[in-house]
Amino acid sequence: MAAKEFDIPKLPTYIEIPELNPGVMEGEGPFKSSEEFQNPLGFPGEKVDNWQEVAIAKMGELKSKYRSVQVFLDSCVKCGACTDKCHYFLGSSDPKNMPVARQDLFRSVYRRHFTFAGKYFPKLVGAKELDDDMLDDWYNYFHQCSQCRRCSVFCPYGIDTAEISMAAREVLDTVGLGQKYCNQILGKALTVGNNLGLPEPALKDTLLDLEEEVEEDFEAPVKYPLDVKGSEILLITPSADFFAEPHIDGLIGYGKVFYQDGVSWTLSSYASEGANFGMFIGSYDVMRKAALRIRKAALDLEVSRVMVGECGHAWRVAYSFWNTLSGVGAGADSSDEYAAKLQNQLDHRYPQPQHIIEYTYDLIQRDKLEFDKSENDDRTVTFHDSCNVARATNMGGIEGGQFILPREVIKAVCNNYVDMERSTIKESTFCCGGGGGLLTDDLMEIRVKGAMPRMQALKEVEKNNGVDTLAAICAICKSQFTKVLPKFDFDPYMIVSVHQLVSNAIVLDKPQTDATDAEEAQEAETE
Amino acid sequence: MSTLSIIFTALFYISLFVFIVGMGKKIYQFWITPAPLKIPTAPTQLTQTGVVFRMIREVTLFESLFRSNKWIWLFGFLFHFGLLLVLVRHLRYFIPGDLPEIFLLMQPFKYAAFAMVIGLAGLLARRIFVPRIRYISAPSDYLMLLMLIVIGVSGVVMTFTDNHTDVMAVKAFASGLVTFDWANLPTEIHFLVHLFLVFVLLAVFPISKLLHVPGVFFSPTRNQVDDARKKRHISPWALQQEKEHAVKLEQTLGKDE
Repeated sequence: MAAKEFDIPKLPTYIEIPELNPGVMEGEGPFKSSEEFQNPLGFPGEKVDNWQEVAIAKMGELKSKYRSVQVFLDSCVKCGACTDKCHYFLGSSDPKNMPVARQDLFRSVYRRHFTFAGKYFPKLVGAKELDDDMLDDWYNYFHQCSQCRRCSVFCPYGIDTAEISMAAREVLDTVGLGQKYCNQILGKALTVGNNLGLPEPALKDTLLDLEEEVEEDFEAPVKYPLDVKGSEILLITPSADFFAEPHIDGLIGYGKVFYQDGVSWTLSSYASEGANFGMFIGSYDVMRKAALRIRKAALDLEVSRVMVGECGHAWRVAYSFWNTLSGVGAGADSSDEYAAKLQNQLDHRYPQPQHIIEYTYDLIQRDKLEFDKSENDDRTVTFHDSCNVARATNMGGIEGGQFILPREVIKAVCNNYVDMERSTIKESTFCCGGGGGLLTDDLMEIRVKGAMPRMQALKEVEKNNGVDTLAAICAICKSQFTKVLPKFDFDPYMIVSVHQLVSNAIVLDKPQTDATDAEEAQEAETE
Repeated sequence: MSTLSIIFTALFYISLFVFIVGMGKKIYQFWITPAPLKIPTAPTQLTQTGVVFRMIREVTLFESLFRSNKWIWLFGFLFHFGLLLVLVRHLRYFIPGDLPEIFLLMQPFKYAAFAMVIGLAGLLARRIFVPRIRYISAPSDYLMLLMLIVIGVSGVVMTFTDNHTDVMAVKAFASGLVTFDWANLPTEIHFLVHLFLVFVLLAVFPISKLLHVPGVFFSPTRNQVDDARKKRHISPWALQQEKEHAVKLEQTLGKDE
């Protein structure tokens, strides 16, 4: 497809709030889904005739099912605190990319149909009808939101545009206006088991190749097991880890850490996907269907631990939603047979589910891993906090653990680490620009523009501290950065997985079978 | 009683009724609407105590707003804190008879009216002169500020200029509303405007953005404990769906048995 020509934003020394350029990001939005991808998810294949009626009814249903939607629609006072917080606004200058203005596309229709003031005094309170133009704006601008939740951090009422954007996308799907990228991928994830549509034989081959390659390169029989019943750990990782660069070097790293710990682990061909695009389209049901595959794989493979690889929104879904959706977690009531069935099988000495970073960090804390940090001496590393990990999850069960643990893992394997500017990291982190179902070529313009604030902060540490490596723990961030880094005169290969850095530095020796062996081996080596 | 007094007495009860019923309905709606998923926003709190303190900081110090924008925080804080002190001081009119001594200490609270008006003026100026905020403003957003400014300024005029109202008559009227011992009210125009707009404010509270007052307490991103892994959180509708659809969902999963 011939991509639209657009200017790549210049990187300023400081982020400036742009002047408003209304309509600059107007357009038809991403490619629309078709019957083939809509119907399997339970959505109509094309725009239904009575779409207004259907849409309003759906809005009513959603606001009665989600307290977030109801409270957020009613509570905004238009104070303007969020107006300069969205990376898409900062990069594009389109006022409809200001969080409050994006929400208002939805809120104005809510007011028109569900509030007294909006029904009788629409002009006064800015209530609007859901007409064709409005629906087009919904489709366009709710697909210019990566659901990164940066606005929510800064809102005095915690209003989260992601919740509104998810609701809007669900309404759009319900009237037959789905997004092709997300819905096509979901079709594969819900039938084949992963977003790539990689069937079991192909996955098996890929992993065998990987084993050969790793053995050749590192002279250790590191395994990448698939569907091994009775393993201790089931690893759920984004399928991008199986083939994409730089993701696969992270997968190699996970394998090496497991190998060194001597733990038995497996991937599942049935649940070979950590990413869950059901969250992006806002559908509880679709998100649940995807999550149920992990439950089933855990039950079938009789594992005692479920672990998640490097993926931002996958970790959000796993950490915050799995327990709710499919019982992968802890603390179900004794009367809750559904959740208890799985939870009784899991080993609750470990958090369930556990992030691979938590696992590696824990091994490092217990001196189970040995590193040659000089292997990474050619790098000066900074860490990009991925939005879903940073703002919607935790690690390690300590306050701010999701910021601390990845940094500690990096520092354990690298000598040179620098943070980017404080207002662009941790809970204030800027999205990579490709999250929330926007990682598709037909949205390249907004992806590049939305990357500007992150690129700006990166440029500063490149200039001032010689940073040449950007580490991340999210498959979407990694793919997005590979594409957008060169647009801002960076080396596309500077983006790496955190476990790639671990992989570079980890010292492999014979596989160990239990903790005592590991300790002895380590003592022997240090002597 | 004069006709005017009867009208204002009636307006008081009507607006109060609309306020109580409207807010009751709205709070009930917020209350019964489930939050099906755990969505706290960083910096999240890992314990219930942590959440309580976070909420207290949010509603007393406007913590998130402070992090966000110092100007809006300054004006917003001046207005809200000023309004709070002024409201507390207004209690004197509604308590019949002699006042407890503590009210003497509240006398300086009258100066809070200036903080309130300055805060409101700042917010209005931003709404008019900052293009981003102008872009997101509806007529009602300006009106709300203007209304509050008129309430504040008319109060200041009564308290600090020679246009004093007969405060004893005000007290007789206001406490009469509470004790149902109705009395005539003073008829100065600034007093009537002040009072009328307060009634309007009460009445529009449940149908306007003033719902941010109860809303903030119900905001899931702020009031949820970040413990999704430790405790299964499930909404009634999702639980019912889980039971009813267990079989059906399995069937739609493709190669599931």
